[in-house]
Amino acid sequence: MAVQCGRPLLLRQPFKPTDFDQVILGVVNVIANEMNPARVAALRLGMGEETPAFSVQINCGSGMQSIDVGYRYIADGGSDLILAGGAEALSHSALLYNRQAVNWFSALNAARGTGPKLKTLASWRPTFFKPVIGLVQGLTDPIVEYGMGQTAELVAHLFDISRADSDQYAVESHLRTARAQKEGWFKGELEPAFGRDGKLYDADDGVRADSSVEKLAKLSPAFERPWGKVTAGNSSQITDGASWVILASEDALKKHGLTPLAIIRDSHWAALDPEIMGLGPVVSSTPILSRNGLAREDVDIWELNEAFAAQVLGCLAAWNDEKFCKDVLGLDGAFGQIDRSTLNVDGGAISLGHPVGASGNRIVLHCVNAMKRLGKKRGVATECIGGGQGGAMLLEAA
Amino acid sequence: MDGLAMRTLGDRNLELGPIPAKRSKWKHWKLTRTADDVAWLVLDKQGASANVLSADVLAELSDVLTVLETETPRGLVIRSAKPSGFVAGADITEFGVMDDPDAIEALLKNGNAIFDRLDDLPCTTVAVVHGFCLGGGLELILACDRRIAIEGARFGFPEVLLGLHPGLGGSWRSIKLINPVEAMTMMLTGKTVHARQAKNSGLVDAVTEERHVLGAVAAALDGSLRLPKPALPQRVISGIAQTGIGRRLFARKMRSEAEKKAPSRHYPAPYALIDLWEDLGGEPQTMKEAEVASFAKLLVTPTAKNLVRVFFLRENLKKLAGKAAEKVKHVHVVGAGAMGGDIAAWCAWQGVTVSLADMQPIPLAKTIGRASALFGKIGRKSAQTRDALDRLIPDLYGDGVGRADIVIEAVPENLDLKRKIYAIAEQRMKPEAILATNTSSIPLETLRDGLARPERLVGLHFFNPVSRMQLVEVVSHDKASAATLAAALAFCGQIDRLPAPVKSAPGFLVNRALLPYMLEALVMFDEGVKPETIDRAATDFGMPMGPIELADQVGLDICVHVADVLKESLGWPMPDAPQWLRDKVEKGELGKKTGKGIYTWEKGEAVRAKDSPLPDEAMADRLILPMVNVCIALLREGVAETEDIIDGAMIFGTGFAPFRGGPLHYARQRGVADVTKSLKALAKVHGKRFQPDAGWATLK
Repeated sequence: MAVQCGRPLLLRQPFKPTDFDQVILGVVNVIANEMNPARVAALRLGMGEETPAFSVQINCGSGMQSIDVGYRYIADGGSDLILAGGAEALSHSALLYNRQAVNWFSALNAARGTGPKLKTLASWRPTFFKPVIGLVQGLTDPIVEYGMGQTAELVAHLFDISRADSDQYAVESHLRTARAQKEGWFKGELEPAFGRDGKLYDADDGVRADSSVEKLAKLSPAFERPWGKVTAGNSSQITDGASWVILASEDALKKHGLTPLAIIRDSHWAALDPEIMGLGPVVSSTPILSRNGLAREDVDIWELNEAFAAQVLGCLAAWNDEKFCKDVLGLDGAFGQIDRSTLNVDGGAISLGHPVGASGNRIVLHCVNAMKRLGKKRGVATECIGGGQGGAMLLEAA
Repeated sequence: MDGLAMRTLGDRNLELGPIPAKRSKWKHWKLTRTADDVAWLVLDKQGASANVLSADVLAELSDVLTVLETETPRGLVIRSAKPSGFVAGADITEFGVMDDPDAIEALLKNGNAIFDRLDDLPCTTVAVVHGFCLGGGLELILACDRRIAIEGARFGFPEVLLGLHPGLGGSWRSIKLINPVEAMTMMLTGKTVHARQAKNSGLVDAVTEERHVLGAVAAALDGSLRLPKPALPQRVISGIAQTGIGRRLFARKMRSEAEKKAPSRHYPAPYALIDLWEDLGGEPQTMKEAEVASFAKLLVTPTAKNLVRVFFLRENLKKLAGKAAEKVKHVHVVGAGAMGGDIAAWCAWQGVTVSLADMQPIPLAKTIGRASALFGKIGRKSAQTRDALDRLIPDLYGDGVGRADIVIEAVPENLDLKRKIYAIAEQRMKPEAILATNTSSIPLETLRDGLARPERLVGLHFFNPVSRMQLVEVVSHDKASAATLAAALAFCGQIDRLPAPVKSAPGFLVNRALLPYMLEALVMFDEGVKPETIDRAATDFGMPMGPIELADQVGLDICVHVADVLKESLGWPMPDAPQWLRDKVEKGELGKKTGKGIYTWEKGEAVRAKDSPLPDEAMADRLILPMVNVCIALLREGVAETEDIIDGAMIFGTGFAPFRGGPLHYARQRGVADVTKSLKALAKVHGKRFQPDAGWATLK
């Protein structure tokens, strides 16, 4: 995915792929035969044997972390041109043998002589082949043993987000993305993928232009039955995806005659209780604004990753919650209501999908493109991160 | 990979034993000894990039053996100092001049005696092989005691492709070493086997990497090398094939298989080899002598002589390709149709980065699908396929044009469309890049009109299917610069295709020569001759495919179009495309691609009636002579400069009966007088289109 996504981007640059100083790629689920996916992607993209490449991982923020790390390398003056991306192939995530089966295999391997071998063989039980689904494991917090959907349930509960509000939000996400697809607003941002079987994947196929509150209302809770509010319909979709951005110093801009899309002004990572990880955007983006002397209304475009509709709405509610803002964020009062018209203007992970390692990168890129299209000046891209963290980036139109 | 570090360290890889003495007694061989008395004999043919067993290399080997016979070392290692490989075979240039079977036999006996002396050395002899090990090279290592292959080595007996079979002991030594049926298959097909296959069959004893050569040699010498044991089915077949009855059974099967690929009427070598094995497979000594006699007899047959000629026609075209100072790194192909897509895929397979531009994503996706199927078929490792697909970049916006060293336009034959594409390309192309067109019917003079820099336009006319047709017509025009033409020729060489330089003239070379052949067939069909009969006349002559089948494959619509264009532009007395043909095209019966043309096509094969009458003698002349007649016209008009280019183009672009050495060579062998006489006779019956061309007068 990272190769298919990167090729058209590199093709249209006036410089050569080998001109990059570094390649940084955020990936969460690394498949076993590609331990450093950044290096694999860099070589396959023709960046040359001599370009270093490394992968970064902070769960759902990995794609933004790659930008952040690259941004800091450039700010330090060590690098001038960096390719920073995020990629995820959740469809490749592994089925694992369970612990008992692993023990059985190793016992079989260690058994010497026919007798012990037969004995070990005989101890086999059908349950050994009950696989552990790697994907499910990855989406469960190991500390508090909450599934990600459960953290959204808790956020919804704490801020009193209703099922109807969540569904309403999800429908809007779909409709906004469908409109953007129809208007061609993703042109130059979304590249088609080409399958080896000759199949063309020219648009995200999870977008439901005919989505409606009535339809979504029919779905049962996905995580906490029977009374839960989080359903498959108002959660992000588990998908594959990849995204890249080019980071350049001012020297590199001049040297290669590049026109920047935006300037990274600041970035921030923050953490909180894993079971309400969904509030990560609130704790990570507020400090950036504070230290840059910016108020809520100074931000024209918000890209807040849509892990769950209830979680996005929970963030909005938290910013509107005076007690939360005072005690947790250290503000003087409530941060205030973010206008829905500035938030996720073309939908997000609910409609487009959430390829975990790629999303952080994609929302930065889309924030920039949306600012450009709408003629806006300032944007924040931010996401919640499984494990109880949040990442945010302050962007300014160039 | 090809990074700076590996480039710097790469030549340290080849293990050649102790550092060879700077000066050797011999021109081509270097002999050194290690402290523990192992002799390393390294072949490094002077003034050549690849080793061949020429007469002087063999003569020197004889001297080397004399030294080794008097001061026998503990062991002998033989290998090549050429990075390209071990030994590419015999020196074919020496074949052409030999006409006397007795002299050939004497020469071969001498060569065999040298190999026998190697075989008889009292010490253990170990051949270490990297890269190609073909023909005489394979026969050389068969005379050694042990064979160690470096990963990537390839082994084969290509003699049959030259109308010959092994002549330096390859036949009797190979059937002794490995399963005879496998050995015979190698010799009968000329196909190469790679190192792993060679080990599985027992042809080599070990496969390793350069870094373990010393270890492998030591193991071979001290006897600790474990020899491969062929799988049980192999051993069973081998056992059967070692009995007289078994040989008779297998021989019968081999003959019928060979008949399909190389009919005995035209290609005697496979049958001579099968006879040899069937009769003498159990008697190595007798077989050894019979092999020499049979080889000598084959070498003077017209088939072998013509196939040797074909070998040199290929070398000639390769030479025309020359070598560019800078390799092409990026090709931009415009138009992802069948041809554009296949050209792009082929270039990517050959290691070039390709951007394939098309505004429509679906043809791009289809190209990727076709390419990945092709790569899976021709590649051995999935990583090769992955890398080639990575290099093949679908380019929806035409962004790659500014990166390219060569831009190849392969859009439909529409002048306005092509001009529009050139205008855009010229704005963004690198100044030193060249602009190529895959047009088959628009004159280059028309296309270069209006270009800002006409000197960098050139035609690169590929043939379908690109991966199998080796020829590319490199089309010049009045304003093309020498540098552009040279770059285009070298590019063909880089992507392993054979360039035929031609002038811009209607139909260029191949299509113009093929058209009368196909049209005449259509006229005959019109006269009521069965298509199967017509095709049979052509295939009996030695064409790979009959004209009717070819027309169906090319597409009847394209035939009609090309016929019209050529007829108009050449003012040529060609038969008109018949009305029923136009009707068929109207109806959408276009040939293979629509499932129905003149034949009905099922699963990619033409359905043929079994009961059609056999062709008479005259039919082949009626089909072939018009084609030959055009070839002389092409020479007279200077469309191609030499007879060899025309013959080469026809063989590698159309598959023209290789054992006949090309259409003009065929005419020469048949006799120009006879050809013109036959043409005149045909003209009397069928009309002016058979009038002998004026060019025949110049062919003496």
